[in-house]
Amino acid sequence: MAVDAETVRRVARLARIAEPEARLDPLAREISGILGWIEQLNEVDVDGVEPMATAVHATQPLREDVVTDGGDPARVLGNAPRSDDGFFVVPKVVE
Amino acid sequence: MTDTLIQGRTGPWEIVLGLEVHAQVASRAKLFSGAAVGFGAGPNAQVSTVDAGFPGMLPVLNRFCVEQAVKTGLGLNAQIHRTSRFDRKNYFYPDLPQGYQISQLYHPIVGEGALEVERDDGSTFTVGIERLHLEQDAGKSIHDMDPHSTYVDLNRSGTALMEIVSRPDMRSAEDAAAYVRTLRTLLRALGTCDGDMEKGNLRADVNVSVRRPGEGLGTRCEIKNVNSFRFIMQAIEYEARRQVEILEDGGKITQETRLFDPGRGETRSMRSKEEAHDYRYFPDPDLLPLVLEEAWIEEIRASLPELPAARRRRFAEQYGLTAYDAGVLTAEDERATFFERAAGARNAKLVANWTVNDLLGRLSAEDRGIAESPIAPEALGELVGLIEDGTISSKIAKTVFDKLWAGEGSAREIVEREGLVQVSDTGALEAAADKLIAANPEKAEAVKTKPQAIGWFVGQVMKETGGKANPAVVNAVLRARLGID
Repeated sequence: MAVDAETVRRVARLARIAEPEARLDPLAREISGILGWIEQLNEVDVDGVEPMATAVHATQPLREDVVTDGGDPARVLGNAPRSDDGFFVVPKVVE
Repeated sequence: MTDTLIQGRTGPWEIVLGLEVHAQVASRAKLFSGAAVGFGAGPNAQVSTVDAGFPGMLPVLNRFCVEQAVKTGLGLNAQIHRTSRFDRKNYFYPDLPQGYQISQLYHPIVGEGALEVERDDGSTFTVGIERLHLEQDAGKSIHDMDPHSTYVDLNRSGTALMEIVSRPDMRSAEDAAAYVRTLRTLLRALGTCDGDMEKGNLRADVNVSVRRPGEGLGTRCEIKNVNSFRFIMQAIEYEARRQVEILEDGGKITQETRLFDPGRGETRSMRSKEEAHDYRYFPDPDLLPLVLEEAWIEEIRASLPELPAARRRRFAEQYGLTAYDAGVLTAEDERATFFERAAGARNAKLVANWTVNDLLGRLSAEDRGIAESPIAPEALGELVGLIEDGTISSKIAKTVFDKLWAGEGSAREIVEREGLVQVSDTGALEAAADKLIAANPEKAEAVKTKPQAIGWFVGQVMKETGGKANPAVVNAVLRARLGID
C-alpha cells in the first residue's frame, strides 16, 4: 500500500505533529516501505481463524465498584504547565 | 400520524428522528479507575492518574458498570453479547487527556432490542434499539473563566456512560420526548442510571432529517447534547423547519453536527472541520475482550424488578385504572409503591384519583416528590376508606386532606375531633328541607317545571349542615318533599 504526501500531511495533522513540507515526501516513502513490509503478512492464510485479541490467555480482570483513588488534585495537577484554583489551564479553545 | 407532518409551501414533509441517549451509570467509581463519580466536588478532586491520562496507567473495568449495561439491555429486551470489545476513538481536545475515548464501536455489549413507548393519550408505539455500548465520559472545559485560557476539570473524565442508540423510528418531537421519558423511567426502575437531566446524567443527541411521506430517508443532521425534554422538542421543531426551508428553496442538506442554543431556541453548525470526524477507531490493546458467563447474565435477569410497561398494564387491568392514571402512577417506582400500599383492599380508582389529583398535584406545586409526602400511603388509604363507607363526603374529605397534610392526626381522628361525620340522618335533613321549602315557596313551585332547579335547594341544605350532609340523601329527601319523582 502506497501512501502519498497528502495522506502524510493529514495523518500528521490528526496526530498534532508538525511536519515541515520538505519532510512529507521522504516520510511518504518511509511509511509506504513499512506498510509494504507488513503487508507480507497477507500471504498467510487465516481463513476460519478467529482474530486474536491478545497473546496472553487471560480473562478480562474486573474491579469492584469501590472508590480507591482520586481526592488528590495537587498530584494530578503536579505536571501541568499551568493550573489555577484546582483547574488545568490551557490556551483558549473555541467550541 | 398525518397530523405530525410539517406543512411546507410545496406540500407536506415528514420528520424522521433517531436518538442517541447517553445515560450515566449509577456507579460509585469510574468505568476504568477507582476515582469517585459524583456531582459538586471541587475541580479535579475525583481524578485518578488513569482518568488524567498519565503515561503507563492501565484501565481496569468496573464489574458493576458491566452489570448495569447488561441489566439495561435485558430491560430493553435486547440481545446480550457474550463477547464484546473496547475500541479507542481518537481525537484531540483538552478535556480528553488520553487523546482517545474508550468506547465500543465494533462489538458492543448489547445488540438489538425494542422499547414500547406510551404517549400522553395512552396510545403506544415501538422504538427499535440498535445497540447499547459502554464508554467513557470526557472532562469539562470552561471557556468563560479567563479571556485567553480554557479551564479544564477532569472530574467527569472516565465516568461510565451507556450510549443507547435508537432506530430512526420517531416521527414527531412529541414522540421523541415520549421515547426519552419512557427510557428514563425504565433506567430509573432498573436503578442503572438516576436519569437526572439537570446534572447531565441523561442527555440526548438527536438525529433529524425530513422527507416527503413515503420516500427514502433524507440527509440527517445531528444535534448534540440536548439535556431536557423541552429542549429536545424545541431543537427538533427548529431543525426540521430549517431543513424544510432549505429543501423548498431548492437547496441540499449538508450532513453535519449542530448545537442547540436554548437561549435563542435555534440550532447552529459546530463549524467543525471534516477531519474532526476521522476518529481512527481501533481495538484498545490495553483491554482484553469482555466475556460474559451465561450464569451471570441469568443471575442479572433474575434480579430484574417489574418493569414500568408491565406494571402499567397490570395497574390498568388489576385496578381498573385509566391509561393516564396508570401511566402517572408507574412513572416512578416510589409512586407505584405508594399507590399499592394506599390502595390495599380499597376502591383503587378512588385511591388513584386522590393520589394523582390531590396528593401529586399538591406535591408538584411545592416541587416535591412523593418520597417527601407528609401523608403516608396508609393515611391516604384510611381517608379514602372513610369516603367509601359513607362516613364523610368527598367535599369534606378535601378538608380532612388539608388537615392530614398539615399533620393534624389520622383521617379518623380529624373527622371525630372536628365533628365532620356526614349527616345521613333522614329526620334532621327532612326538617332542614321543610324549613327551606316553606321559606321559599316560589322556588319550590319553579322546581316542578324545571327539575334541575333542585340544585339550589341541595346547595342550601349542604350549606345549612356545614357541608356534612350526605348529598345523595339530601337529594332523595328533597325530591320526595318537592314532589318531583
